[in-house]
Amino acid sequence: MDANATIERGVGFARSSTGASIVTAFGAVLFLDLVAKLAGVSLGPLETPWFGIWFGGDIAVGQFAGFVWDGIVIGVVIGLASIGLSLTYSILNFANFAHGDYVTAGAFSGWAVTYVIAGIGGLLAITESAVNAVTGLGTYRLEDADLVRLVLLQTAPLEAGANMWLSPAAIVIGLVAAAGMTIVLSLILDRLVYKPMRDADGISLLIASIGVAFAVRYLVALVFGANRRIVTSSEKLPSANLGGVIVDAHEVTLVVVAAILMFGLHVLLQRTKLGKAMRAMADNRSLAQVTGIPTERVIKSTWIIGAGLTGAAGFLLVLSQGGLGFQTGWLLLLLIFAAVIMGGIGSIYGAIAGGLVIGLASRVSLVWLQGDLASFARPTAFALMILVLLFRPSGIFGGVKTA
Amino acid sequence: MSQTTTEDVLAPLRRAFANDAVKVAVMYIAIWVVFYAFGDHLGYGNSGILSLVRRVTFLAAVYGIVVLALNIQWGYAGLFNIGVAGFMAVGAYTVAMLSSPPAGSPPGLGLPLPIGVLGGILAATLVGLVAALPALRLKADYLAIVTVAISEIIRITYNSPAFSDVTGGARGFGNLPTSPVEALLLQDPTSPASEATSLGETVFSFAAEYGISQFAVINTLYTVGVLLVLLVVYLLLERAGKSPYGRVLKAIREDETAAQSLGKDTQNFKVRAFALGCGLMGLAGIVWFAMGPRASVTPQTFRPNITFYIFIALIIGGAGSNTGSVLGGALFASLLFEAPPMIRSIIQETFQVSANPGNLIEALIPIASGNLAPLGGFLLNNIDSLRFIGMGILLVVLIQRKPDGLLGARKETAAGVPLTADTRPDTGRADADAAAADGGETDE
Repeated sequence: MDANATIERGVGFARSSTGASIVTAFGAVLFLDLVAKLAGVSLGPLETPWFGIWFGGDIAVGQFAGFVWDGIVIGVVIGLASIGLSLTYSILNFANFAHGDYVTAGAFSGWAVTYVIAGIGGLLAITESAVNAVTGLGTYRLEDADLVRLVLLQTAPLEAGANMWLSPAAIVIGLVAAAGMTIVLSLILDRLVYKPMRDADGISLLIASIGVAFAVRYLVALVFGANRRIVTSSEKLPSANLGGVIVDAHEVTLVVVAAILMFGLHVLLQRTKLGKAMRAMADNRSLAQVTGIPTERVIKSTWIIGAGLTGAAGFLLVLSQGGLGFQTGWLLLLLIFAAVIMGGIGSIYGAIAGGLVIGLASRVSLVWLQGDLASFARPTAFALMILVLLFRPSGIFGGVKTA
Repeated sequence: MSQTTTEDVLAPLRRAFANDAVKVAVMYIAIWVVFYAFGDHLGYGNSGILSLVRRVTFLAAVYGIVVLALNIQWGYAGLFNIGVAGFMAVGAYTVAMLSSPPAGSPPGLGLPLPIGVLGGILAATLVGLVAALPALRLKADYLAIVTVAISEIIRITYNSPAFSDVTGGARGFGNLPTSPVEALLLQDPTSPASEATSLGETVFSFAAEYGISQFAVINTLYTVGVLLVLLVVYLLLERAGKSPYGRVLKAIREDETAAQSLGKDTQNFKVRAFALGCGLMGLAGIVWFAMGPRASVTPQTFRPNITFYIFIALIIGGAGSNTGSVLGGALFASLLFEAPPMIRSIIQETFQVSANPGNLIEALIPIASGNLAPLGGFLLNNIDSLRFIGMGILLVVLIQRKPDGLLGARKETAAGVPLTADTRPDTGRADADAAAADGGETDE
């Protein structure tokens, strides 16, 4: 009886939402295929007129674990960056197309600070120089370093020696600077661009944010140059081989820092009235204002939290990937949007989970997309986002607002 | 007294300027004059000036076409499509695949060009339909994200090494069809240096009297052809706007709920508007990239940036107005895109700026000692970045101060008969004007 009822319900679901059932079935086939691949079982080829389809196959567990680890690393960064986008999307009610360029701005400003500190020789050298300068004894270490080239990130990565092992303090201070500069940038932009048009519709704000994106991106290009560069140094960087997965100190730092930031945000929003005020504003801004919520102050806090995490995400992204160019954040923007939509707009936990899903999807899909097809890893994430929008526009967590 | 005379003098001018054709003509002539002056000032010589003016005209015209296409979607149907680049890519790539010679690499099918163009437009329309059917159910900002994702998926697909024997991969489709102008004027259209046909002989010898090379003639004629395409697209859309179909679109633009309550299937109309717009974007992609003086079909061309340029052009012109779209396209292509490098050359020549600091900091330090030349030199050398910063700021200012653009605010009545014209006997036109002055609305 029970089995029959279950089947009936399944048939009903398949009839009422055919598309979703097809997607679910396809996902299930892929999952079974993955299990078969890991187990080393293969069936096939199932002949079609054009090509044979293999089911299962053989993929080393270590290689798969490598994909998963890469997916988690990039997913954590996307998740961190998408929190900010999700917050502004729900509270200010527009899709911020400049968000990717906040990531870039954070990365450049943070790494410039890291470069200066690491290039001079660490905090100790700076303190020594400062003491020497005050007391008038000894020499300045500052004069040895080419500050202009350091600030503009033009020093060769090996020479600058910016890495977690050689200069941990520089990295930490750079991270803080990245968050701080991005917050300042976002507040200035909010004051100049978004505040005068608080009551405008979402599309007008979206268009304005496209303008902001252009201005910020090319301002970064004007200051730092348009070339893409490698920033981090891999000299003496500790790394471990865990069952075929190579994990280096930068990746571990990234995951740990991101986890701390996310947990801190969770505490902040659960323990303070700010979280409640944000939820209220996301629901209905006028009503919130009537109830006595200082909406402008909440908006400011939203930008501070969102931009801070975004800048940190930009810094951490470069820490794990090494490369940085003025388009870095812009290229990440669609993946961030995908994460936000996947998690449901306005949901912080949704954004984090969405980031992980998108990160994993873009890396684990490499199991199937091998060789020439590897360039379709990004489109896979986009396609996943489109599917979620079509079949579950409120996000995979059902649009529960947990901000 | 004197004021009345000036008004009398200006009145016919103003009336003439109210005509859309005059507006567009004046705009194009102004652009030609300005760029002639640029070229003349820089000492380009006859053929240099011709190629400069031709380049600007070409860009203005292709922007006009694609902005008109976007205007159908966003201006009329309110569909926020920021995947324009993707649909242009589909048009350009399809025509290249269909009509390129089979001998080249990557090989085309060698079909006649008209079939290829038709195929390109149809392919873009089809892709638009596939994208529209599910995507139009979404909210406007979701639609924006979905369309930009689709355009990136299209670009990455063309870029992928997996299909490089069909699409050319990252290097682009190197084997492009011959342009119709070359086919008309040259005996062997594949090589620009070949013998001219009898028609070509006449045209080339005529041009040679003015010292214009064969190559320049071919490109100029192609640009004239693009202007004609723009005219045809404009007339088509103006005509469509006055048809029952266009009237419903305008009704949707004004108030979708009202249109629904009158029994119009607005969803259906929107899907059709989206497909029509995508088809025209395909056409724009074809005349812009697949043939003519700028022919180059590479995946890098179709990055989302170009979509945003087209949006800026539409916002300058005013969403919802066809004439505004043409004006916006021309203004954007000339003043924002082609003019800055010209202005840089002129300033560099006039003020003898030779300073060339390597970065912004080196450029800023001399300011402390009152030396502005390094900063000037630096900014001039980075005019490309400055241009994009300027575009971004312009977009923000436009959307804050003048969201309707040049012509977006005017009412384009959808009725077949002029609503303001007084058809009663025995009353003059003057009364109608007076009524308009009293607060009644004219159709402008």
